[in-house]
Amino acid sequence: MKYVDEFRDPALGEVLAGEILGLVEPGRHYKFMEVCGGHTHSIYKYGIDDLLPANVELVHGPGCPVCVIPMGRVDDGISLAHQPDVIFTCFGDMLRVPGSDGTLLDAKAEGADIRMVYSPLDALRIAKANPERPVIFFAIGFETTAPSTALTLKRAKAEGVSNFFCMCNHVTIVPPLRALLDSPDLRLDGFIGPGHVSTVVGVRPFEFIPAEYGKPIAVAGFEPLDVLHAIHMILTQLKEGRCEVENQYARVVPYDGNPRALQVMSEVFELRPHFEWRGMGFISQSGLKLSEAYADMDAEIQYGVPGIRVADPKACQCGEVLKGVIKPWECKVFGSGCTPERPIGTCMVSSEGACAAYYNYGRFAREREVV
Amino acid sequence: MSSPVSEREQKVLNIIETARAKRSKFRDTQITMAHGAGGKATQSLIEGLLVPSFANETLEAMADAGTVSVLGGNVAMTTDSFVVNPITFPGGTIGELAVNGTVNDLAMAGAKPLALTLSLILEEGLPADILKEQVAAVAKAASEAGVPIVAGDTKVVPRGMCDQMYMCTTGMGVLDDRASLSPSSLRPGDKILVSGRIGDHGTAIMLARGEFELDADIKSDTMCLWPMVDTLLDQAGPSLRCLRDATRGGVASVLNELARASRVAMIINEAAVPVHPAVAGAAEILGIDPMHVANEGKMVVIAAPEAADAALAALRSAPGGEAAAIIGECRTEPEGMVLMATAFGGKRVMDQLVGDPLPRIC
Repeated sequence: MKYVDEFRDPALGEVLAGEILGLVEPGRHYKFMEVCGGHTHSIYKYGIDDLLPANVELVHGPGCPVCVIPMGRVDDGISLAHQPDVIFTCFGDMLRVPGSDGTLLDAKAEGADIRMVYSPLDALRIAKANPERPVIFFAIGFETTAPSTALTLKRAKAEGVSNFFCMCNHVTIVPPLRALLDSPDLRLDGFIGPGHVSTVVGVRPFEFIPAEYGKPIAVAGFEPLDVLHAIHMILTQLKEGRCEVENQYARVVPYDGNPRALQVMSEVFELRPHFEWRGMGFISQSGLKLSEAYADMDAEIQYGVPGIRVADPKACQCGEVLKGVIKPWECKVFGSGCTPERPIGTCMVSSEGACAAYYNYGRFAREREVV
Repeated sequence: MSSPVSEREQKVLNIIETARAKRSKFRDTQITMAHGAGGKATQSLIEGLLVPSFANETLEAMADAGTVSVLGGNVAMTTDSFVVNPITFPGGTIGELAVNGTVNDLAMAGAKPLALTLSLILEEGLPADILKEQVAAVAKAASEAGVPIVAGDTKVVPRGMCDQMYMCTTGMGVLDDRASLSPSSLRPGDKILVSGRIGDHGTAIMLARGEFELDADIKSDTMCLWPMVDTLLDQAGPSLRCLRDATRGGVASVLNELARASRVAMIINEAAVPVHPAVAGAAEILGIDPMHVANEGKMVVIAAPEAADAALAALRSAPGGEAAAIIGECRTEPEGMVLMATAFGGKRVMDQLVGDPLPRIC
């Protein structure tokens, strides 16, 4: 595949891995967080971990938009899906995220009309094809997907589609990062910045990380060479005593982001005072809801949802795992109460979450030592 | 390369290992689509409910077909239902699948297909022309496979109770003397082959549903595998350990099942796995792995190391096997796991999915 294979060249990967080995100080342990779930996916898919020195550890961050949805919101979504005549639409990987009493897949099995869509526009198309039935789009994601939801809502309004609604669970990237950085027990040496989000928000919003918290960050693309390159950049910063925001993904990410996408978002959304994150609790000004002008399309207002907060089980220590304070296996419920088949916390929900990965691949990690 | 394992970590790993080695339990309160997807949920249904309920040695062997001794000979039996939507798609139809799917399950047991039965479940209001078309498709596929349809049944259900038509076929075959195949016979050192490019069928179906607005020239690979198996048995018969058609759950599910059944590890060389460029492209866009996508005319072959080249030559000499490849080998450790050496130079675990591969948001 052109423009893809170039960024997956194993020979170049080997060169970068060699240089990375030359950059690390022996005896020093490095912990870098890749913020975005897309990076976590790349790291597993290509086995990038395997190419790094043992003392460079990657911590999987809170940037998987599916895993951060708290149980109460899943429950609210399921209650909307069960409303009479409703066609409930959402992205595929949201279907398996557990609420307090089952998943959207379970609700579908119970008779709710739940359909997987690949884009909000698909949901709008379903609404137009079924004018007599309310169609609700369960919107999730960071600033990456929020503009497409916003555009779809704008289009629905312009076209006078009156049976299209949105349950908005969009979140923003900076507040959870700030929450992580604010915690006194944080053990991270640097960040691999989220590439997709940055195509919209740009690089500027991450300037506070080096400026206020003294941690280097490199905004990175998603191909394996991108990820290795970003690690190389962060290690170089540490070695040279620099601390700044660097843009590894400059081929796609402009420093100031995409002004038109930001514009349409500000028309359609407004900040919620606070939003709950699975494993991290309430974070102020971290979630979006539909603005006043779009209240007639807000499923939460038009239909009402139970809105019952379901506390993360007390024993769940996803927050500590995310901050790099503890290893997955050190969590009290790891492998007993919380397994990939029956996950409790965000880190076990996604197959790429830190805990699920460790559960599935732990033995492999041991094998690697022997090899 | 990782740091030494502490005592406590070792304990946790042991607990996980014990839990994984146990036969899956069926604890779900209702059936979801995941139970039909060929991944872990399907496995829990089969191993946790069906096999223990019908407890017998033949079923417990968990082969694609069961064997029955009749008058001194060994007969293989298998059955399969077909509920595909849409019923026609690029490269095939439900009628062709119904014949090839069951014939292939017999072939995977090393049995020459002898006869099929066909049950039809039809939805009230189904246009007769569609039925005629599918009956013709069954007849053509059966004739090409050289297998007569010797009995059948027809039921009609009210409109809305099924989606146009469902088919169920049962097949009988006779075990070939050249074959001694078993999912638990794999040994470290054995080579792992696939009979051609993988992921075509599942991708063709996904695109034919029109949900993704992707246009690509991808056709289902549905075909009868017996002629290929016949050639394979001829060239490498006694050295073949196991054959599996990689249907639901894809090649990844087959490899995981076999690694568990034989208590071996597998290492797959990603760069050696044959994938049609259009399938690779679609999978890339949808964020799914071709190793998890269904095939209807591809098999995984495990052969003793000394016979691997002969097996590969046999596959490549058969129609439809031109792109066959050796993709990996069995090892001792870590037992029951499938590892992938990625084309980028790293390694990862290739697990089974819980349910269908779902497109990723990011």
